[in-house]
Amino acid sequence: MTLKEKIKNKKFIITSEIGPPKGIDVKTILEEARLLKGRVDAVNVTDSQSAVMRLGSLAVSRLLKEEGVEPVYQLTCRDRNRIALQSDALSAAVLGIENILVLTGDHPSRGDHPEAKPVFDLDSVQLIETLRKLESGKDLSGKELKGVPKFCVGAVVNPGADPVEPELIKFEKKLKAGAEFFQTQGVYDVKTFAKFIDKVKQYNTCIIAGIILIKSPDMARFMNKNVAGIFIPDSLIKEVEGAADKQDKAFEIAARTITGLKGLAQGVHLMSLGWNKLVPRILDAAGL
Amino acid sequence: MIITKQKPIDDILKYLEKANKVFIVGCTQCATVCKTGGEEEVKKMKEFLESKGKKVIAAEVWDTPCNLLEVKKRARDRKNELETSETLLLMSCGDGAHTVVIGTGMPVVPGNDTLFLGQSERTGRFNEVCALCGDCTLFITGGYCPNALCPKGLQNGPCGGVKDGKCEVSPDIDCGWLLIYNRLKDTGNLDNMKKVLPPKDHSKSIRPRKVVVDATKKRI
Ligand code: SF4
Ligand code: SF4
Repeated sequence: MTLKEKIKNKKFIITSEIGPPKGIDVKTILEEARLLKGRVDAVNVTDSQSAVMRLGSLAVSRLLKEEGVEPVYQLTCRDRNRIALQSDALSAAVLGIENILVLTGDHPSRGDHPEAKPVFDLDSVQLIETLRKLESGKDLSGKELKGVPKFCVGAVVNPGADPVEPELIKFEKKLKAGAEFFQTQGVYDVKTFAKFIDKVKQYNTCIIAGIILIKSPDMARFMNKNVAGIFIPDSLIKEVEGAADKQDKAFEIAARTITGLKGLAQGVHLMSLGWNKLVPRILDAAGL
Repeated sequence: MIITKQKPIDDILKYLEKANKVFIVGCTQCATVCKTGGEEEVKKMKEFLESKGKKVIAAEVWDTPCNLLEVKKRARDRKNELETSETLLLMSCGDGAHTVVIGTGMPVVPGNDTLFLGQSERTGRFNEVCALCGDCTLFITGGYCPNALCPKGLQNGPCGGVKDGKCEVSPDIDCGWLLIYNRLKDTGNLDNMKKVLPPKDHSKSIRPRKVVVDATKKRI
């Protein structure tokens, strides 16, 4: 079953994530992809994540497809105007890539080319609408397309946004614009997530909860301080600190969180931050 | 008001490398308020250049160097001094600099960097609140402009980068979209934020922009 079919049929979904290399040596990521094959439903390919220039997510998405892994092509508004965005979306369609996850993208000043000109011609809501427009056989300016693409359009939502109301307003706009599924920022506290789900239940859409491993207490503190909408409870940080085997603990926490999320979210999205080789082990531990 | 900042003095000296006889022009308006081209700054610049061995032919603060007719009038008044000078040092905004170039036909060196259209909060403190987009949507966003206040110019709400009310670009920047959200909420207009705003029409701001007001045409 494809990701789109699973979303429609309300099946539990497991996705993971791969970050293209800086350069063209794809050996490592293809190895990762082979390990994920059969264990996850689809793999996101990040688009110069954190505004750090990398190999393109469209090319890597296609490589994953050739490996028999269903890709989710991440497309950010950061670097492209509406002509390039539409053109890249059509390129994805012609390469057999159906899933597009739309993101605003980090500001270039945050990345490794801070002198770059930011684009942000469209925002994420407008880009979702644009992809839907392409599916209607017309481009953004109303011109007829020769051959019509079909997409499965996703977006992101942050259940931990503070305040959450503007985030919910934007979530609703993304939904209205035509987002079919949502992946979330890392979830550590099942109770907070449950509250969020309560608020969005009425929309009856597919929410895939983000899972980020706590690789070390320092990393957890760093994320709490620097990453928007991430809140790793102190009790979890202490738990990792006190553990004899930190890696085992990271798995245990992830597995426990996933188990807790099972009835709440329609799936989980594992952001392993370089530990993709270990994703099958987390899934085993969570009984998936 | 046009906000300017004086260029590093070493840069100015470098631009003046080949010119010995300099005519300094300041501006009574924005550059005076920004302290980049008022009486005081022009005087200081004159003293500085003289200390570096330059000959300052004239050092004046002109009223609206961005007004071509004014500049032409001045240029006629100062014909002799201009002819003696090798270059003009413009302590105004880029608009003033361009206009003076056209009005005098002289080579020009900019003394300032022109930064943005800004609001004067209090003496010496200026904020960019409008990005001159040519298609004002402040009626939807409660008077707070997302093009100017959000580094990404987002039209439909905050991105995921907002943290503790601050923008991902810098903890010194309030998230523009949280400002808009709070404003709309306080004024009971949160419904505005729920509307999907279409992509911006950038064709309205194709450069160079030009406005010709037809005085004979009836407005309102
Ligand atoms: S929308 Fe913003 S940038 Fe455009 S004219 Fe209005 S205040 Fe200026
Ligand atoms: S954090 Fe706020 S101001 Fe900064 S880019 Fe995102 S929406 Fe714009």
